[in-house]
Amino acid sequence: MAAPPPDPQFVLRGTSAAVHALHFSCGGQEPDVPILFSGSENGLINVWNLKTRRVDKALDGHGRKSVCWVETMDGKDRLLSQGRDQRICLWDLAEGRTSVMDSVFTESVGFCRCSLLKVAQGRWLMAMAAKALDEVQVLELPSKTSVCTLKPEAGAKLGMPMCLKLWQISCDSQPLLLSGYEDGSVVLWNLSMGKVLSQLFCHQEPVMSLDFDSEKAKGISGSSEKVLSIWSLNEQQNLQVHTTHRLVNAGISDITIRPDKKILATAGWDHRIRVFGWKKLKPLAVLDYHTATVHCVSFSDHKNPSERLLAAGSKDHRISIWSIYTQT
Amino acid sequence: MATAVESALREALAGPAPGAAALGALRDGLAAAGGPAALGRRQRERFGALLRSLAAAAAEGPEEPAGPWRSCFVEGPPGLALSALLGALGEPPGAAPRAGRRLQPIVEVLERFVREGRLAALMWEVCQQQARGGPAELQDALLAGVVALPDRVSNSLRGRNPAVFFPQNYFPLLGAAIVEVLHEISASLRGGSDCSISFVSQVLGKVCVHGRQKEILSVLVPRLADLTKSDCIWQRICWRLVECVPERWMEAVVLGFVQRAPGADVLSRLLGNLVVKNKQAQFVVTQKFLLLQYGYTTAVLQNLLGYLSLDSLRRALLIKVLQELLETWSSSSAVKHSPAEQQEYISKAILICLSHLKEPEIESCRQELLTSMMEGVKCHLDSSLPQIRRLGMIVAESISSKINTDGPVLKFQYEEDDEARELKSLLVQAPSICAVPSLPDDNRNEKADAALPLTSESNGKSHTAATHVVSDEESDAELDSDDDLTPYDMSEDKELKKTKAPVYIRDCIEVLTGSEDTDKWEATVKALESLVRKNPAATREVSVELAKILLHLEEKTCIEGFAELRQRAQVAVLTVDPIPVAQYLTSQFYSLNYSLRQRMDILDVLVLAARELSFPKVHGKIKHVEKPCVQLLPGSDSSNDWRKIVDERIKSKTRRFAKGPSQVQVASGPNEFNSVAGHFFFPLLQNFDRPLSTFDLLGEDHFVLGRLVHTLAVLMYLAVNTVAVTAMGKALMEFVWALRFHTDSYVRQGLLSCISSVLLSVPAEHLLNNMTEELLETQSWLGDVVEKDPDGDCRRLALQNLLLLENLKKKLNKTVPS
Repeated sequence: MAAPPPDPQFVLRGTSAAVHALHFSCGGQEPDVPILFSGSENGLINVWNLKTRRVDKALDGHGRKSVCWVETMDGKDRLLSQGRDQRICLWDLAEGRTSVMDSVFTESVGFCRCSLLKVAQGRWLMAMAAKALDEVQVLELPSKTSVCTLKPEAGAKLGMPMCLKLWQISCDSQPLLLSGYEDGSVVLWNLSMGKVLSQLFCHQEPVMSLDFDSEKAKGISGSSEKVLSIWSLNEQQNLQVHTTHRLVNAGISDITIRPDKKILATAGWDHRIRVFGWKKLKPLAVLDYHTATVHCVSFSDHKNPSERLLAAGSKDHRISIWSIYTQT
Repeated sequence: MATAVESALREALAGPAPGAAALGALRDGLAAAGGPAALGRRQRERFGALLRSLAAAAAEGPEEPAGPWRSCFVEGPPGLALSALLGALGEPPGAAPRAGRRLQPIVEVLERFVREGRLAALMWEVCQQQARGGPAELQDALLAGVVALPDRVSNSLRGRNPAVFFPQNYFPLLGAAIVEVLHEISASLRGGSDCSISFVSQVLGKVCVHGRQKEILSVLVPRLADLTKSDCIWQRICWRLVECVPERWMEAVVLGFVQRAPGADVLSRLLGNLVVKNKQAQFVVTQKFLLLQYGYTTAVLQNLLGYLSLDSLRRALLIKVLQELLETWSSSSAVKHSPAEQQEYISKAILICLSHLKEPEIESCRQELLTSMMEGVKCHLDSSLPQIRRLGMIVAESISSKINTDGPVLKFQYEEDDEARELKSLLVQAPSICAVPSLPDDNRNEKADAALPLTSESNGKSHTAATHVVSDEESDAELDSDDDLTPYDMSEDKELKKTKAPVYIRDCIEVLTGSEDTDKWEATVKALESLVRKNPAATREVSVELAKILLHLEEKTCIEGFAELRQRAQVAVLTVDPIPVAQYLTSQFYSLNYSLRQRMDILDVLVLAARELSFPKVHGKIKHVEKPCVQLLPGSDSSNDWRKIVDERIKSKTRRFAKGPSQVQVASGPNEFNSVAGHFFFPLLQNFDRPLSTFDLLGEDHFVLGRLVHTLAVLMYLAVNTVAVTAMGKALMEFVWALRFHTDSYVRQGLLSCISSVLLSVPAEHLLNNMTEELLETQSWLGDVVEKDPDGDCRRLALQNLLLLENLKKKLNKTVPS
């Protein structure tokens, strides 16, 4: 008989709103404390101290509109956050400051989370949904210059972009963008030419989330259906479906592969977090703690593998923190 | 020249035994005259006398004749030589075998005769004589001699005959000789002279009727197929060869050709319009092979019907054949009484016929097709054997798609398995190269280039399949090697329910009868079984009401596995409170206003509950034991059987060193079925012969009767070791006796299962004391069934029953030595 699934390591309460975004910043040396950023529906970004397990700061910069994405740029002092007020804010958190340094006004009204990729020291690319319904825009940060606008061919009828993932094979190669669309397809874009390299229909319903492993050239996507789709990218830059995995309940709101590419976690509409082995998509655990839809899952970036954590934010206002498969 | 032979003959015949010198002179003279054909009539007679005396001397004389006497047989007239040799080989009838007979030299000469191609010379000689009107008796003797040579030699040598006289070697040689003769005939026809082929045909016919089609035609067919490819004289020769076969042997020859020909086009080249010209061949092809016999492979059918379709004269026959096939197919009596294999054969033939028909031909008989289809599909769907039903559906679909090219077509629901696909593939015209198995070795080369596309394709396929498998395994290995993360328990990962299931039985009843909330209704249906099992006391208060509701429960929303959920709930109710619920259900089985489905549900529930009650329980959990009956609810738990197989395999490979019982004792407990078996059983027997306005077991609803009979068999089987078993057995035997001549084979199968159950369940002494007469009557009936029943399953079951009876007898003899 397999062991019963573990309980959460601890639970963070007190956001008083549904949690939509999570991001760890635990890579710093002592005396830096490990930190978890969470963005919630009431527009606040909470900075959690994982030592004391309490909120250090609450950042209010999105006019009480829901925060759907948070990400740090080089350590915990610079934070990007995306809100439903159509703004992406760059926060300066160094030395206790809590001010918005800069902001970008996105004209998109969708739910599509941005994607950030560090391409060189002090230079980032950020992909975001653009004004036109089916467009994606890529900006260079911190200069905010537009690199390209990715527009599907006329008549492609992809619908809105639902999720984005910027990636590159190695530090000096061309960055590429994977985007999941409303019609259930995943598209690979070449940024420099602004062209579609490959398109794969892997879902019947909108793609809610995707993640990609550039080492194995393999990715996974989830939608509102009962199916997880695993696809791979071959040498000719063509996407093809590898396998699919059937779930017990429909609806996946977030998928994250752990940075060491061993396991992945999904956030389900059925209140459950599912953990799979990444190689074979072997189901490993079903973490049943939340009492409402789980919105986001995130893995920590601890230097020491045994300290690595998994966090999940849910509609039930709670953030559960799990320590699972840390010994591998 | 001839005078030299004449004088040599005279000299050789002068003495008691011809000298070496005289034989030498004879050979020289014969060679100088230009072979045995040059001999005159008188000379032939003398030569015959000489050969006979030589053979007799070799077999029975004091010593072998001197000189080159063996060569005289090989070089002389082959007909005379063979009859002389056979005469020496065979003993005079009635004579005791003499000790001094030397058969070895005779057999050696015969072997040389066969090996040196004298058989061809012999047949060619007879053919020439026939053209000139030779003596018929001699030809008959030679015919018998040629065909029966292996048997004759074997009989004289008591089985120690040389390899060349083994049938598998001799008949191919004979086949090659026939080809040689046909070459001679072709040459002589081209030379403008007439020639008779009938002796060759007779040889062929006789060999075939002796059952050596395979050996002789494996040489003949490929060679002839090759020769007739582009030569019309050869085609004529070949047609003639078959046409001249005497009527009594025609069937064997045609069958041989149909089975051996590598395709319909070859068959058409070889046989020509034989079926149009020869009545016997027509009967064999259009009636016997299709309607009276059914053991041939699909390839044979395709050959046969393809052959009919390849010529305009024969196409009329094809349509006739189709009509006759359809007549059989749509006859309800044929569907009821002929074995399933034959029905499948006929269906296949119909499908192949349809594939050959062209648009205008279909147009001409559309109405007939439609009529037969409607009738046939009706009586097929009426059958209680699923296999027959499916055959009917497939054939009807095919006919309808052929006759309604633009309109709507029939579409049935059935499982699309390999068999169905194979049947449907017959509708598409087979490629011209159709692979007939067991092609002989020596023509593999010429076959190979004809079949090249086919083999290369299949090679390619198997290749890709192989690589695919390999890659699968590789990826598996790679993934397994380092996927060492151990999973946690995931049994709680169930579908998320929107509403909570009710917790009390009475709530369930409320929801199931009145609620409009479909979510709640769904949750209730899913939870009911476990609720009933958890609360037996609460269930007993409302058991009959609950059983009634469940019996009438219909699927409100689309739930996965609704039928199974409902059935499990019914079984749970019945096991928790057996007597009242069983009384209710059995009374409802014979009452008005139920659908057949509901009645069969009742039977299934009774069986499942009886099974559950009669097996011992372990800690409140029911052990899942192999079902005693395979025909109820097929395939619901067969997928779990692999575990059992694996366990057994492990057990068989594991050696245990400990002594004593290694297995845990099977848990024992009271048989709960004991006290209630009668309530399950007897009410079902009561009313079967009283038809209701909506339900007539002995008439149209024989499918339900079949299920009822099977149910009774299972209940009987499960009642083993109960008190009521003897009474049940007696009642069941009477029931079986009343129905034993039922026309439906499914019912008969059930009846035979009933007998088995009775024999297995009722103790032997009781059987003997209370049912002796019934047993004797049953035994004679079983004997009849074993011999005469058209259904293979029935015959097998009856045989099993007879064996059981036999065992019973032995057991009794052992215990009561009389």
